[in-house]
Amino acid sequence: MKESKSMPRIPPGPSVEGQSSQPERSRFEKQERQVCLKEGMRAAWPICIGYIPLGLAFGILAQKSGFDLLDVGIMSAIVFAGSSQFIAVSMLGAGAAPLSIVLTTFAVNLRHILMSSALSVHLNGVSRWFLSLFAYGVTDESFAVNIFRFREGGWHPHYALVVNQAANLTWIASTVLGGYGGQFIAPGSFGIDYALSAMFLCLLVFQLQGWIHLLTAALAGLLATAISILLPGDSFVIIASLIGATMGYAIKRYALE
Amino acid sequence: MLEIEYDYMLLIAGMGLVTYIPRLLPLFFLSRRKLPQWFVEWLELIPVAILSALIFPDLFVAGSPRHLDVVQLKSVVAIPTFLFALKTKSLGGTVLAGMILFWLGSSLL
Repeated sequence: MKESKSMPRIPPGPSVEGQSSQPERSRFEKQERQVCLKEGMRAAWPICIGYIPLGLAFGILAQKSGFDLLDVGIMSAIVFAGSSQFIAVSMLGAGAAPLSIVLTTFAVNLRHILMSSALSVHLNGVSRWFLSLFAYGVTDESFAVNIFRFREGGWHPHYALVVNQAANLTWIASTVLGGYGGQFIAPGSFGIDYALSAMFLCLLVFQLQGWIHLLTAALAGLLATAISILLPGDSFVIIASLIGATMGYAIKRYALE
Repeated sequence: MLEIEYDYMLLIAGMGLVTYIPRLLPLFFLSRRKLPQWFVEWLELIPVAILSALIFPDLFVAGSPRHLDVVQLKSVVAIPTFLFALKTKSLGGTVLAGMILFWLGSSLL
């Protein structure tokens, strides 16, 4: 109390050209970084919540299959692809050859070609270095969130990168935690298992602008449902979305003329 | 032991590479050029198609081997969650609403 009354506020020093530009610039950059972090985290938290039960489940499975914490952490950090990590662990457990695991991973992650293609429209003129960093974090979830924000407008690539990295860190942390002692955490608490479903559902609602989008969604969804029953694995995502989007485009282009 | 670790690291490197390349190449090659109009219009429909292709099987298919399971907790909760999203246009709110409804549903069943 005494302090607040008697302490004189030190006025900011005169900004002499050249002399104080360095600290001012770094302060500006710090502020900018904070804005990026804040905006990115505001968009990323549903992903992070959704990754926790998945990551724990993966950690538990990996630990039961004989992986130690370091193995789990390294895999989550370098591969960062939830479904292929589950597949890899179960294939390893079944004694599959490394090459067939790598090929399966490749097939599972081919769908990201489509996602990166759609994102690339919004990353015009961004440096290659940034793209290399950004590409690492392109997942179903970060794609869904970022593409929606980009289309809304005002979404900076740096915010998008924060979304990717926040998701990645949460993924690494929760998989390691799962390997450490995930079996002590009750499954299904707080409906956390539904976080990603609700997120995808809501982002789908946001994308339904006009009847072509509605039609494309219906086609892709029904196809994906059918293919997922007929074919094992995750190929239904890429097959159904390719056919759905192409049919939607063809109808828009040719049926209207 | 050392050999096992070496094999494991090789596997991880291979998996990391085949995960990274499909994510990187389109960004590298598409973000710097003018894309034809038809391709941009087609790409414009990709997100809605992908989201739908992810969410439909998530809600309506279950079990292993997978089979159609249209009426299950996930799909039933999806109805109020969907309406909530339409009404509020709030991503955070919808995620929380979905989680709470799913939680209530699973503790009732």
